[in-house]
Amino acid sequence: MAPSLDAKIPEGPIEDKWDAHKFSVKLVNPNNKRKFDIIVVGTGLAGGAAAATLGGLGYNVKVFTFHDSPRRAHSIAAQGGINAAKNYHNDGDSVYRLFYDTVKGGDYRSREANVYRLAQVSNNIIDQCTAQGVPFAREYGGLLDNRSFGGAQVSRTFYARGQTGQQLLLGAYQALAEQIAKGTVTLYNRSEMLDVVTVDGRAAGIVVRDLLTGEVSSHSAHAVVLATGGYSNVFFLSTNAMACNATAIWRAHRQGALFANPCYTQIHPTCIPSSDEYQSKLTLMSESLRNDGRIWVPAKAHDPRPPSEIPEAERDYFLERKYPSFGNLVPRDVASRNAKAMIDQEKGVGPLGNGVYLDFSASVDRLGRNVVEERYGNLFEMYDRITGEDPYGSPMRIYPAPHYTMGGLWVDYNLETTIPGLYCLGEANFSDHGANRLGASALMQGLADGYFVLPQTIGDGIAPLLGTKPVDTHHEAFRLAEAAVRDRYAGYLAIGGTRSADWFHRELGKIMWDHCGMERNRPGLEKAISEIPALYEEFKKDLRVLGNDASVNQALERAGRVDDFFQLGLLMCEDALHREESCGGHFRSEHQTPEGEAERDDDRFAYVGAWEHTGEMAPGRLHREDLVFENVKLTQRSYK
Amino acid sequence: MAVTDPERQAPSLVTGEKHHGRTMHLTLRVWRQAGPDSEGRFADYDVPGISEDMSFLEMLDVVNERLASDGEEPITFDHDCREGICGTCSLMINGRAHGPERGTATCQLHMRKFGDGDTIVVEPWRAEGFPIIRDLMVDRSTLDRIVEAGGFITVSPGSAPDANLVPVPKVVADASMDAAACIQCGACVAACPNSAANLFTAAKVAHLNLLPQGEPQRYQRVESMVDTMEQFFGSCTNHGECEEACPKEISIDFIATMNKDYLRAKIKNRRYLSRNP
Ligand SMILES: Cc1cc2nc3c(=O)[nH]c(=O)nc-3n(C[C@H](O)[C@H](O)[C@H](O)COP(=O)(O)OP(=O)(O)OC[C@H]3O[C@@H](n4cnc5c(N)ncnc54)[C@H](O)[C@@H]3O)c2cc1C
Ligand code: SF4
Ligand code: FES
Repeated sequence: MAPSLDAKIPEGPIEDKWDAHKFSVKLVNPNNKRKFDIIVVGTGLAGGAAAATLGGLGYNVKVFTFHDSPRRAHSIAAQGGINAAKNYHNDGDSVYRLFYDTVKGGDYRSREANVYRLAQVSNNIIDQCTAQGVPFAREYGGLLDNRSFGGAQVSRTFYARGQTGQQLLLGAYQALAEQIAKGTVTLYNRSEMLDVVTVDGRAAGIVVRDLLTGEVSSHSAHAVVLATGGYSNVFFLSTNAMACNATAIWRAHRQGALFANPCYTQIHPTCIPSSDEYQSKLTLMSESLRNDGRIWVPAKAHDPRPPSEIPEAERDYFLERKYPSFGNLVPRDVASRNAKAMIDQEKGVGPLGNGVYLDFSASVDRLGRNVVEERYGNLFEMYDRITGEDPYGSPMRIYPAPHYTMGGLWVDYNLETTIPGLYCLGEANFSDHGANRLGASALMQGLADGYFVLPQTIGDGIAPLLGTKPVDTHHEAFRLAEAAVRDRYAGYLAIGGTRSADWFHRELGKIMWDHCGMERNRPGLEKAISEIPALYEEFKKDLRVLGNDASVNQALERAGRVDDFFQLGLLMCEDALHREESCGGHFRSEHQTPEGEAERDDDRFAYVGAWEHTGEMAPGRLHREDLVFENVKLTQRSYK
Repeated sequence: MAVTDPERQAPSLVTGEKHHGRTMHLTLRVWRQAGPDSEGRFADYDVPGISEDMSFLEMLDVVNERLASDGEEPITFDHDCREGICGTCSLMINGRAHGPERGTATCQLHMRKFGDGDTIVVEPWRAEGFPIIRDLMVDRSTLDRIVEAGGFITVSPGSAPDANLVPVPKVVADASMDAAACIQCGACVAACPNSAANLFTAAKVAHLNLLPQGEPQRYQRVESMVDTMEQFFGSCTNHGECEEACPKEISIDFIATMNKDYLRAKIKNRRYLSRNP
């Protein structure tokens, strides 16, 4: 039996847990806050919000990002929106309903107490962001507009055109800029964190490489906060930005932080299918398109006709057919798997047969072109620019792509990892989305963690350190960690092989997509588990990185990231293999209902699987946090 | 130097599918500069076998793979989201910031906009406020300094009133959003003969100053941001190249709004100061 983990969930009824907890945590007196140094890695919604808030509270904050500006973090790319339980539309929404929907949407693999807290603070987020000047969409009366989004039957999603992530991130970035100007926060841009350093079992600081000069240095603090985003780029092709990577959390994992549910990844149904083998990344079309677009394929396989020549009777609106009550708005995992099934039946459309149609003609007829343009104009333009096709004229083509990773570092209710003093926020942690994230919930979680949760909970961990100084960066632990980083990077340059890091990354991505993607099974995973280490060996022998370590070297940066993707990829496959059930985004073809839906095994798998690192490419050791559901009744998800 | 063998791209690419569109043969003339203090020069590369469906940056990826396999260091360029939203990409293409397509960032530009046989000149942003770091990568942190000077609304988490307490007319919210769409790429500066950052600064000022939430800090904000801008960037003489180059088509009218607010700030702040010595 795997050892179990204590999530430190407060006692009491679920509605009261967060308030009770806030009351019981140790506080740091306002005058003492400046005596604490806190490192925040990452300036996305989670890290940017956390650093700005901690700085505003008076802590001494150092914030790190590998980007040139904090505002470039990948959060900027989120399009669709952010949820909150405001019930401004009086359509029956409530904190409880948002909580319930999120637990259900996560296929009952998330922690009730965390999700409830998330739903509670969701309303504060909207207030905060509006006050900061986030130009959310409004109705003619001047009040905030909402839409329904990805699997929700109420209108609770706030949005700013198709650029919600951008506008929310600008809010956090601007708050951060204010603190930087005030001197409470020091910004280290173009600086990549490459290791966490622990002293006496506690996080003491980090090792960072300056991406302009190659200089490796150490920084210490009373607490370290990682908010470094998700790891979808393990698949090489994903909707994430090119530089998104897992290094920060992977290196923390190697230092002792448990990694929870690495196999829970989300494949987003509405991406533009790849056009050729040069494709460097996939572009997401906001899921909001599913509100007004209808998804279909030709009813018979290999239909060569253009869409306009296929009569209604010969079209298969497969989501509407299979899920009459949710139709095109079924959760992402369900939509993605069904699209894949159509393509597996050779009904795919487009030049490579790798898409399904997303059709707006009915909406244009019903609402008028103006309304459709107002809602989706910029997305249509984006589609046109990339494909050279006009979506008003013929339906869009879409296909699923890796998009979000629910797994991440294990954290307790305080967002603290299993390394004391090391916290993890946003997409980088595993906390709130279970086995599947609902649309518009990641922005909510990142900002909840950064503005409202961590600034309250961190005091509990650091208050007892009052009067102590952070560990000196001359401490041997820092020395050793710095030397290891220098050796690692010098090592990549010294291999002198024949293939680029990108080449290896694409190969790894193919293995991951084929065997640990939308659908998984034992033989495939076992194959991946034998192929990944073999490819990794080749990587170590045949990698070629030109240039040096003393100036900008983007190929060298990538080599380090790909190295870590290999190790994480292996762990994802192990986790997927051990989880002998289907849940949310983790679909094991051996475990499905007769209708082809995910079949959970609550008796055996209603737990968080958290892995301990035991050595490079060595099998991890499993710990478990049993999930207790006191408020939500576990049912088979049904969207029929 | 020449990168002539189109077959060589095959081993570096793994999906096995062949591109299906038109292919083109290009000459790239690229600015190479080893470091901030090194001398730069143009290098010519012969680039066959480029598919018209590639994005401009995917084309550069292919060139870089080929360069690396020939033992030459790849071209350094900034990029990240490749969706036209993060503002990281920044190339001067044939003398135009972000290239020939209006309202399009470099990363969203596709090769179908070019012709077979074209010579394409690729340079970094050139402006005093944006020192070159290496090849096509420049340092744009001066833009962050402008935001730090006042591009924010002060509100600490937990203190905000209910979001619907203050209605904002839809037209106002929409205009604010138009300005807030700026991606801080710096193309406006690169395109400006004076290297002025007025369009960028005006967009940020307008985003916040148009909203009722931005009112309390309105005049302080504009004054401090404009003064900081002037430390790093040239003066605006209304050429309009900025608007032309802007991938988000930010309107030059915002500059007029900023100037008006700036003038009023000078008066307002003085009046305010005289009341609060
Ligand atoms: C295309 C797209 C659209 C999306 N749309 C939506 C949506 O509509 N609604 C929704 O709720 N969610 C959406 N999501 C998901 C959501 O955007 C992300 O989950 C969320 O923004 C992640 O925020 P974050 O702060 O955790 O990480 P990020 O925004 O990824 O930030 C990570 C930060 O960490 C830094 N960093 C990482 N590693 C290091 C290191 N080693 N050293 C130094 N710095 C480091 C980076 O520089 C960056 O600043 C979308 C995602 C994508 C890809
Ligand atoms: S105003 Fe336009 S060109 Fe200037 S930084 Fe903003 S988006 Fe770029
Ligand atoms: S790479 Fe993000 S805008 Fe071009």
